Amino acid sequence: MNAILFISFIVGGTALLSWPLGRYMKWAMDPDKPNGFDRLFHRFGGRYSNEPQNWKQYCVAMLVFNVLMFVVSFGFMALQQHLFLNPDGKGAINLDCIFNTAASFTTNTNLQHYSGEVSMSYLSQLCALMWLQFVSAATGIAALTAMARGIAGRKDMGNFFIDLQRATFLVLLPVAVIVAVLFALGGIPMTLLGAAKATTLEGIEQIIARGPVAAFVAIKQLGTNGGGFFGPNCAHPFENPTFWTNIVASVSIILIPMGSVWMFGHIVKRLRHAAVVFAVMLVFLVAKIGGAVYFEAAPTQAFAGLPIEQTTGNLEGKELRFGTAAGPLWAVLTTSTSNGSVNSMHDSLNPMTGLMSMIGMWLNATFGGVGVGMINMFIYIVLAVFVAGMMVGRTPEYLNRRIEAREVKLAVIALFAHCFFVLAPTGLFAATDWGQKTLNNTGPHGFSEIVYEFSSANANNGSGFEGLGDNTIPWNVATGIVMMLARFIPIFLPLAIAGSLAAKKPTAESVGTLGTESVTFGVMLGGTLLFIGALTFFPLATLGPIAEHLMFMK
Amino acid sequence: MKLLITSLRLVVITMLVCVAGYTAIILGFAQMVVPARADGSLVTKDGKIVGSRLIAQKFTQPQYFWPRPSAADYNAAGAGGSNKSPTSSDLTDRAQTNIVASGATAENPLPAELAAASGSGLDPHITEHAVLYQTERVAKARGLALPKIEALVKQQAFATDGVFVSDRLVNVLELNMALDETK
Repeated sequence: MNAILFISFIVGGTALLSWPLGRYMKWAMDPDKPNGFDRLFHRFGGRYSNEPQNWKQYCVAMLVFNVLMFVVSFGFMALQQHLFLNPDGKGAINLDCIFNTAASFTTNTNLQHYSGEVSMSYLSQLCALMWLQFVSAATGIAALTAMARGIAGRKDMGNFFIDLQRATFLVLLPVAVIVAVLFALGGIPMTLLGAAKATTLEGIEQIIARGPVAAFVAIKQLGTNGGGFFGPNCAHPFENPTFWTNIVASVSIILIPMGSVWMFGHIVKRLRHAAVVFAVMLVFLVAKIGGAVYFEAAPTQAFAGLPIEQTTGNLEGKELRFGTAAGPLWAVLTTSTSNGSVNSMHDSLNPMTGLMSMIGMWLNATFGGVGVGMINMFIYIVLAVFVAGMMVGRTPEYLNRRIEAREVKLAVIALFAHCFFVLAPTGLFAATDWGQKTLNNTGPHGFSEIVYEFSSANANNGSGFEGLGDNTIPWNVATGIVMMLARFIPIFLPLAIAGSLAAKKPTAESVGTLGTESVTFGVMLGGTLLFIGALTFFPLATLGPIAEHLMFMK
Repeated sequence: MKLLITSLRLVVITMLVCVAGYTAIILGFAQMVVPARADGSLVTKDGKIVGSRLIAQKFTQPQYFWPRPSAADYNAAGAGGSNKSPTSSDLTDRAQTNIVASGATAENPLPAELAAASGSGLDPHITEHAVLYQTERVAKARGLALPKIEALVKQQAFATDGVFVSDRLVNVLELNMALDETK
């Protein structure tokens, strides 16, 4: 009962908050007429930021800026041992790890093959990682804005450089300031002093790492980044010290992904359609949460038969201060959005709870990352509309524009890429020493570690079954490449579809058109998600978590 | 070329606002309003830092209450969990050592949190129930009366929240410090 109350409070409360946020995001990202901020952003961007861009120009501008993000952050990390803001004297990091980290934070993934408090100077944490947490999230919001403009029939998709500044300064920054202030009040450290040295009551020396954590954690949650300041992420008491900071963080994880759907609805001027999409996403989210809470209530199997009193489910890898439902709830929220921060160790989740996390990343569109979640959903929408059109034998239409061969081809390529980047490298690493030699667990759970790592890289999620010894050259290179391809292909192709739709003449709605505001459409969309997801990933689920569950759970 | 120039301008301006400006605002706010928390909620005794109230530290001596097991051996500069599957026999083996150390039996089983490692390895709390499980050992080692310790535990225990009632928790470091003050 308490669990249901707790979950409804967080999910329901955030859904309510997302409504006004969506309106605000529409005002910020796509104002009806130029305002004072636009003039300011034009001045910041210089004369080239004034030109309208079509989908191709928009993508190229995004790519150039993202390449620069990668290069600048790479530079900061590679030179950290020579630079300032390094009170604990952090040394050089391996180049392959820097490559992986720069790719990871540029693509909004925040997969971490290092441990923050061990490897990174404060300068790297702030100027490389936290900076990317702002601008990579802003890239996603900008991309969704452009796509929505195209779907609304506008050939001019806006200007990437203006959209990026709008998303950074008007959407992310103000919310981050509010959340960071709450976090600081809640007890998250915010200091530039180096680690504290303590002598414990029993007389042992304890070095206590700290730093500018509150600012970092706020944007990491809001921007579906998820990269921890510390290795254990939000399970660490300095990232998440109380029951209440945990609630603020949980809300922050899903707030902007939810708001993105409403923003999309406002820009395409179809709020009822957005509500149907929102409802489909919410149903999937709640189903996964229900599954996770249920399976995680089973006690730690390894303790069965021992004189151990287990009353509150599986406690391995969990912190007590958040309460019992908070772990599985977070495990679903963070993987359903592409956040990837954790407040319990996912490697130590019960097998089927771990599966719920994987499903979140396999679908990656319920609600998905900031901006990009709705973009991923658009791919499923195109397919749902297409399949529905085939079923009744009419030319499929979406928001008064015909979906034809070109659009469907592009959507299928995007989907194929999504599947390929999980399945192919998982097979490769499971079959070779690259994967086998790095496992922390044996049997099906070891296989799950590999599956999870590539699912996470591909979904730009960033969480992990962290027992995996993944700071190796094969892992760093392979996941780095997967993250980059899986970031940009599913952004560019939907933008291409939107560009192609914008170029078409609008059609009048007829009785044969599948209304995109109907329950039927919602069911069609949900079915498409379910069938494509299940057909693609069920073999992985069977060999990993389901096999482990059947073999070991009594 | 023009894309590169514009991108460079944005790198500079976002870096200035989101890194320098934002960090300075939050840093200034935290250091002015909640300076002790901002520096890591450090706890001092006789002017010396003995730890942080948010971070578990190692206790193995019988006169102290023990925190949850830590896969990182309470290293607050390199924390982490065990990352073992809950079905792993490694966890069974590890739990055996905890059972032996605390003398748990089938009649007097060990509370699960004292066998399960925390996520960060630095969980500063255990439940009131798990504290009371240890009072006999602590009382004996200190030569204190059991009711005196139990009263102290009751005083230290807090509900994590008002609305979603859960187990009452105790901060192990604070309890042990209070214990040292008790004669």
